[in-house]
Amino acid sequence: MPFIANTPQQQKQMLAEIGLTMDELFGDIPAELRAKAFDLPLGLSEQEVRNRLTELAEKNATNLTCFLGGGFYDHFIPAAVHSIISRSEFYTAYTPYQPELSQGTLQVIYEYQSMICRLTEMEVSNASLYDGGTALYEAMMMALRITNRNKVIIDDSVNPIYRVMIRSYTQNLRIELEQTHCKDGLANREQILEKIDDKTAAVILQNPNFFGCIDDFSDIADATHEKGGLLIISCYPISLGILKTPGVMGADIITGEGQSLGIPMSFGGPYLGFMASRKQYVRKMPGRIVGETTDRSGQQAYVLTLQTREQHIRRDKATSNICSNEALCALTALVYLALLGQEGLKETAQLCADKASYAYKRLTKITGVAPHFKGKWFFNEFVLDLPCEAADVIAKLIEKGFAAGFPLSRYYDDMENSILICVTEKRTKQEIGMLTEALESVL
Amino acid sequence: MAVEGLLYTKDHEWARIDAGIATIGITDYAQQMLGELVFVELPAIGKEFAGYDELAVVESTKATSDIYSPVAGKVIEVNCKLESQPELINQDCYNAGWICKMQITDMKSIENLMDLKQYEEYVGGL
Repeated sequence: MPFIANTPQQQKQMLAEIGLTMDELFGDIPAELRAKAFDLPLGLSEQEVRNRLTELAEKNATNLTCFLGGGFYDHFIPAAVHSIISRSEFYTAYTPYQPELSQGTLQVIYEYQSMICRLTEMEVSNASLYDGGTALYEAMMMALRITNRNKVIIDDSVNPIYRVMIRSYTQNLRIELEQTHCKDGLANREQILEKIDDKTAAVILQNPNFFGCIDDFSDIADATHEKGGLLIISCYPISLGILKTPGVMGADIITGEGQSLGIPMSFGGPYLGFMASRKQYVRKMPGRIVGETTDRSGQQAYVLTLQTREQHIRRDKATSNICSNEALCALTALVYLALLGQEGLKETAQLCADKASYAYKRLTKITGVAPHFKGKWFFNEFVLDLPCEAADVIAKLIEKGFAAGFPLSRYYDDMENSILICVTEKRTKQEIGMLTEALESVL
Repeated sequence: MAVEGLLYTKDHEWARIDAGIATIGITDYAQQMLGELVFVELPAIGKEFAGYDELAVVESTKATSDIYSPVAGKVIEVNCKLESQPELINQDCYNAGWICKMQITDMKSIENLMDLKQYEEYVGGL
């Protein structure tokens, strides 16, 4: 159905039909709330608009060689991804209100759900959530619902942006949020294991963690389960090409940011939250879920299922207020992974790890630069200590054409001189060499 | 249609009381309104409830409904068959479709329940 605005004649006709003036039509709005005048500037021509917007857009730096990570990554996006998702049937489709009519849309989401399960080795996935942070919040709420408890343990090696989001959402709820302090680059087992009790609904961890360090949470999974709690792990999808999956570690609910799967960084979004869990918890899961069934002629068909969890039916007892998903981003992730395949994902992950390792070796050879967490395995991010404030160094390196890394002082006390550097498969040996020279020159 | 020998609530739960134990389910009226049941969330054994507390949840293809406890009591047994055959409630809501058994902790809690005649009158007026 195309959108075509009403002409003044059509408006006149419609008003005559109902016997009202335009003013009377807005009569319900009290006079003191109505605008006295609309002081809008004259419209610009298409050329003037284009010039103005280009001028504004050029204020963004898009040509920096990116060594910035921290949850959102500069991975290579094959041209085929855009080619496929820009088909107008995919690109312009909104959330179907009569979903069963949109079998194509539902099938795409079903395939996406299946893919998330395979990637993370979990049993059931939803149709996606807004981003990794809100997904983690939803996972926490899900664990509270399942266990009927209200204590949550979260380590500060979990993405600080996600932790701020969780705090915002929960500050007016009766939830006991216990934060443990990362020890030597890894989740603080001593503190975590000590705090787990029969009031614990969930333990929330991240792998690789915000500092890039790799861990195996199988032991924490066991300890949590022993007390009837659930383990929630936030993960980095590309890393699952070579790392032990959260499913195998014993996670009950997993979440993560799907941006690394073919979605551009875009200065903050749109992003893709994914969530999967053990099958027994599916009824407590938020968001949409697509299911496969047969129609009355026995043909394979797709439906939105378990909808009685959702707010339009269950209202205040719903699993969440979310009634949407990130359909286009989920499709993008599906297309990206289908193009790469199992082998391609493994190679991509291996390249990230190898290049990060190479960069680590070269950068730590610079006088005054040292690894912050010595002897810890990392995937494609690591923390380096500089002889001066990281934020200053980063600013200087922007002038030289590098987004060199993330200043940890923004979220962590006592880390003013520490920088989080990320290397993806996109970074060349040459770029790493040039970063090394540039860093050396500004120190 | 409702059955003799049971007590009823306005929310269409029934209770069969026998030596201090209440067997609980939902009435024919309720199962008809709900439609084909696809899932039943049973209460935990050992958990205590006051009268009118949310005891269980039944899910049909069109709605999810809370089941309220007709009595104050402690759950001693649940009908595990409902986990794989929720439709038992539709087929035989007064017998095979029973939901749980409770040890009544406060006999006063059954005083406000309706008998068959009162319930039928109540349903007739709906």
